Amino acid sequence: MDLFNQFFVDPFVLMADIPDLLLQTVWEGFVSGVLYALIALGFVLIYKASGVFNFAQGIMVVFAALALVSLHEVGVPAWLAVILTLGIMALLAIGVERIVLRKLVNQHDAILLMATIGLTLFLEGLGETIFGGEPKSMITEELGLPTGVSDWEVFGGLVSFQHIDIAAVVIAVIMVAGLALFFNYSRIGRALRAVADDHQAALSVGISLNQIWAIVWFAAGVVALVTGIMWGARSDVSFALEVIALKALAVLILGGFTSIPGAIVGGLIIGIGEKVFEVYWGAIFGGGVEAWFAYVLALIFLLFRPQGLFGEKIIERV
Amino acid sequence: MFYREAGQFKTSYKSDSAIFPILQDRVGLAIIIFVAAVVIPVFGNDLFLNSIMIPFLIFTLATIGLNILTGYCGQLSLGTGAFMGVGAYSCYKLATIFPEVSILIHILLSGFFAAAVGVVFGLPSLRIKGLYLAITTLAAQFFLEWAFVRVAWLYNYNDSGAIQNVPQKLFGIQITGAAAEPVTRYMLVLGIVIMFTWLTSNVIRGRIGRSWMMIRDMDIAAELMGIKPLNAKLSAFAMSSYLCGVSGAMLVFFWLGSVEAESFSINLSFQILFMVIIGGMGSLIGCFMGAAFIFVLPLLIRAVTRGVGLDISGAMIEHISTMSIGALIIFFLIVEPHGLARLWQIAKEKLRNWPFPYG
Repeated sequence: MDLFNQFFVDPFVLMADIPDLLLQTVWEGFVSGVLYALIALGFVLIYKASGVFNFAQGIMVVFAALALVSLHEVGVPAWLAVILTLGIMALLAIGVERIVLRKLVNQHDAILLMATIGLTLFLEGLGETIFGGEPKSMITEELGLPTGVSDWEVFGGLVSFQHIDIAAVVIAVIMVAGLALFFNYSRIGRALRAVADDHQAALSVGISLNQIWAIVWFAAGVVALVTGIMWGARSDVSFALEVIALKALAVLILGGFTSIPGAIVGGLIIGIGEKVFEVYWGAIFGGGVEAWFAYVLALIFLLFRPQGLFGEKIIERV
Repeated sequence: MFYREAGQFKTSYKSDSAIFPILQDRVGLAIIIFVAAVVIPVFGNDLFLNSIMIPFLIFTLATIGLNILTGYCGQLSLGTGAFMGVGAYSCYKLATIFPEVSILIHILLSGFFAAAVGVVFGLPSLRIKGLYLAITTLAAQFFLEWAFVRVAWLYNYNDSGAIQNVPQKLFGIQITGAAAEPVTRYMLVLGIVIMFTWLTSNVIRGRIGRSWMMIRDMDIAAELMGIKPLNAKLSAFAMSSYLCGVSGAMLVFFWLGSVEAESFSINLSFQILFMVIIGGMGSLIGCFMGAAFIFVLPLLIRAVTRGVGLDISGAMIEHISTMSIGALIIFFLIVEPHGLARLWQIAKEKLRNWPFPYG
């Protein structure tokens, strides 16, 4: 009975007693959920277009952010540094397509996954060699991002909103909207969707797969840069971020590998879920439950719906 | 050339189903075992045994474990490190609760705990497949890693949070603990690894192994032909985790002596997965080759950079070796996606036909 109370009564009593704490927790979860969703978005873009499960998305986030900060450190103005970093991501996209993907067309899923894990190691080593292993702080102010805090009095308490968090949410919304417009109305976007739908049919109407893959990796690179800036501004830029990026995998499971709305909804569920769970239920387990909550939630969820929230129904034939 | 089966006739069913039907293979194996069991212990120095041979054999066993699951049964897993951890921690608990029982028995028993945990986390595989399953095994990885840190009972509430090995003697010879000679530990590890390799090769050739391979090749078709996916998948998870658990226990008791939960992190899982892929999925000899390659490569890179006399820091060498392993993995996947074992097979095929290009 005591245990029952601990699990099913006390947390809710606490929530009702101190509503501002709940609101603060949900907001924090919401923001990290948005960032999970952004990382997951990079995965989905590449998976849809090339069927490659891009494990390297997490390290691409770190790599882009580090490149940006390091360029600024050597005296390049902030906005030029952003453009140069975009150039680096474009080169990376072309390189990956030329050197890795083109050679591995039609290989088994697991082989492609392994190739991206290899890419992860390569980028990690390269990043550490060039930029050094120590954490760096993001050039938030130079990029014109807000840094203050606003407090909001509500329910007799205070809920504080970091301005950078608000900016992160706004930028994420703009970017997702931009991507949606790009996919639906531009010529390249339509070609991307055609490739995602059916590789062979796309080839037969004259769409170049190689070109599309390079473009889609570049798009994922842009998403990675934005994610890196936002995440870096909240904490700092370091390789530890890579482990956090693994959580995006759990997000993908919830949302389904092929669905952009799924990535966003999944990200928010995981982000809010793990913060609320940590604050209200974490103590029962002895704390630190954030490390596994996302994966266990995803696992339980998958038992009931193997294709994710918005994934395409899996049909198997012999 | 010298590798031919011409003139070797099989005159009984027994010889037809031998593991090594070709004489040269048997001779080669005998030489390898002789080198491993006699030449290396006699001529190898402590450093070589301790920092290369022992970890290589331990990782090989874990690689065989993962290869059963991924290479033979087709279930991708990223939780190997955690299953090794279960073996290590349960062995530590057993050894401290029953100090009078031999450590070798504890090591063999601790595998069963890992197997039980593996079966529990293998249950989702009945409904989830492929990459989705790979990610759910991350749940095992992170949950168990968390448990190793947070559940103080597992490391007997000591302050460091690490588990140490328990010094023990067998027939008057120190086998674990700081006083144990590397040669003793090497021989024990070698014995265990050879025993399990032999056992695995027979399981794989038998009914159970065939049912795993059917599940891997096409699970629905296998089910229609009367293979129970429940039995096949869970037995693969159990045996795989058992071997990983034994390997994890050996990692603590025969190699490192003291480990913390971070040793069984996701990076270890990846490392073992690399060994499987580079060695070759679905090949036992590939496990040895993959483990040797991935484990020895960083050492080699370090030795070469030091030998050339480049004045670079240790951290830099670390970064460069990470980078080159990444590049090599990609290179290997492009050149030979079926791993080193496939190269070995091709070489044998060429030798058979030599000097003609076709047989």
